[in-house]
Amino acid sequence: MDEQLKRELKKKACRIRLGAVEGVFCAKAGHPGGALSMADILAYLYFKEMRVDPANPAWEDRDRFVLSKGHACPSLYAALALRGFFPMEEMKTLRHPGAMLQGHPDMKHIPGVDMTTGSLGQGVSAACGMALAGKISRKDYRVYAILGDGEIEEGQVWESAMFAAHNKLDNLCIFVDNNGLQIDGRVADVCSPYPIPEKFAAFGFHTITINGHDFDQIEAAVKDAKMTKGKPTAIIAKTIKGKDVSYMEDNVNWHGAAPNAEQYEIAVEDLKAVLAGLEDE
Amino acid sequence: MAEIIKKATRESYGEALTELAEEFPELVVLDADLAAATKTGIFKKKYPERFFDCGIAEANLIGVAAGLASCGKIPFASSFAMFAAGRAYEQIRNSVGYPHLNVKIGATHAGISVGEDGATHQCCEDIGLMRTIPGMVILNPADDVEAKAAVRAAILHKGPVYLRFGRLPVPVLNDPATYHFEIGRGVTLRDGKDITIIATGLMVAEAVTAAADLEKEGIDARVINIHTIKPIDREIVLKAARETGRIVTVEEHSVIGGLGEAVCGVVCEEYPVPVARIGVEDRFGYSGPAAVLLKQFGLCAENIVSTVKKALNK
Repeated sequence: MDEQLKRELKKKACRIRLGAVEGVFCAKAGHPGGALSMADILAYLYFKEMRVDPANPAWEDRDRFVLSKGHACPSLYAALALRGFFPMEEMKTLRHPGAMLQGHPDMKHIPGVDMTTGSLGQGVSAACGMALAGKISRKDYRVYAILGDGEIEEGQVWESAMFAAHNKLDNLCIFVDNNGLQIDGRVADVCSPYPIPEKFAAFGFHTITINGHDFDQIEAAVKDAKMTKGKPTAIIAKTIKGKDVSYMEDNVNWHGAAPNAEQYEIAVEDLKAVLAGLEDE
Repeated sequence: MAEIIKKATRESYGEALTELAEEFPELVVLDADLAAATKTGIFKKKYPERFFDCGIAEANLIGVAAGLASCGKIPFASSFAMFAAGRAYEQIRNSVGYPHLNVKIGATHAGISVGEDGATHQCCEDIGLMRTIPGMVILNPADDVEAKAAVRAAILHKGPVYLRFGRLPVPVLNDPATYHFEIGRGVTLRDGKDITIIATGLMVAEAVTAAADLEKEGIDARVINIHTIKPIDREIVLKAARETGRIVTVEEHSVIGGLGEAVCGVVCEEYPVPVARIGVEDRFGYSGPAAVLLKQFGLCAENIVSTVKKALNK
């Protein structure tokens, strides 16, 4: 990837993280850990890859995105805001009564949200439906989804995986945000979903394992998925929960907790330092 | 007397989908390994490219339907009532109801009349479950004509619809030439002033029979067919309450959560009159031939007659 573009995408990811942390802080509730772990993937999808039009969110030929791990929506909202779907100011009222930004993605009221999600395991089935609709209508849009590694403990994920492979949904590309943690602890300890690539491969997916914070690898994997015909692709992205906020990194306590004012200040400092480093490059 | 034609509404469902396919090109049909039983197999045979079998995976069935609907398709997701409304309740609530997606759920084999398969398959809770979902329309047609009209109405309605069909062949009551179906509008099948029998689904034919029997005993019973459980026709229910003073509801569903409670809700709020509810009492079913079970559970004309008499102290 071009170094200039890579720097731009890194900055976008950092701004997504800043927006997500601001949203969770203002909401006094939410899920920062898993929002921060997938921010680089979102930055790549929304600022490099996906065909979307903020002026026409319902454009029928657009690429679709389903955040199956809906609780991580603060990053999705920040990405959509940065992409121009709605003002960044909305982040300040995340989860507030009467506000647009709900605690989990709501396609009816939030421009750019393609599927209502939050109950784990359900988003990927909807993504299959979208991909199938594309096949039926002979449209060339692609469907992306991000799942949590804890989320894949849900049986419905595997029902949908079977369906996607059976119907040769090669226009479907899912990411597993493999940050290794879920509410009750390490996914390996709670009820291990490992080995993940082997499971998806057994269900008929093309699988790619990457570092989910490396834009070269994200890009290569997405391109590989687009070239893959006759089967869906699962990209298992190794990530760090709470990425780039010092005290949140790989700490299960930040799965579903909001920072207090002091902690928020540190988070902003951490992320601004990352941003400053990118400006200096 | 002309021979009574009988047909299962699940059969009507499969036929209607097939008949409407040309007119509605966005219509697609999904099933969960029950196409032969839900009768979507009729559609599959004629339109294989618009039929998708999800296998025995009802949660995914509903989710795929949601995704299709979000892209402009009109999916009919089909399974038995037990597995659609029951197994996939939360998927229907969160992936279809909450985003108000244009998904139609074709639920066959509802109620106790599933028969021999027994309690695991006799879903008497589906109406109750579906009624709790905001914005969900619930259609429970009484015969072939009404079932086909319901499928068409469901396609024309924008938003989620739960359609309930039966396994058992039931008498064809309505004349396709004159029958008019409107979502949310009950049908008065017979006027009467002494009492009103409000029935739904396969109990409508029993209610008509009961009213004829009651007439012989000098009781003038009104019969109303409520094919739309939600939104319920408040007007027709309140008119019956005002004009006849007593109501008996009849449904092949639990007395908890179904038509009876919906009717009680309406009259309690605006014009309280005594309501007797005939339905499956708070218990599970068991295996047996449908006709036998219906009798044993009191879902028959005789029980309607005796319940009406009791309500009238006769």
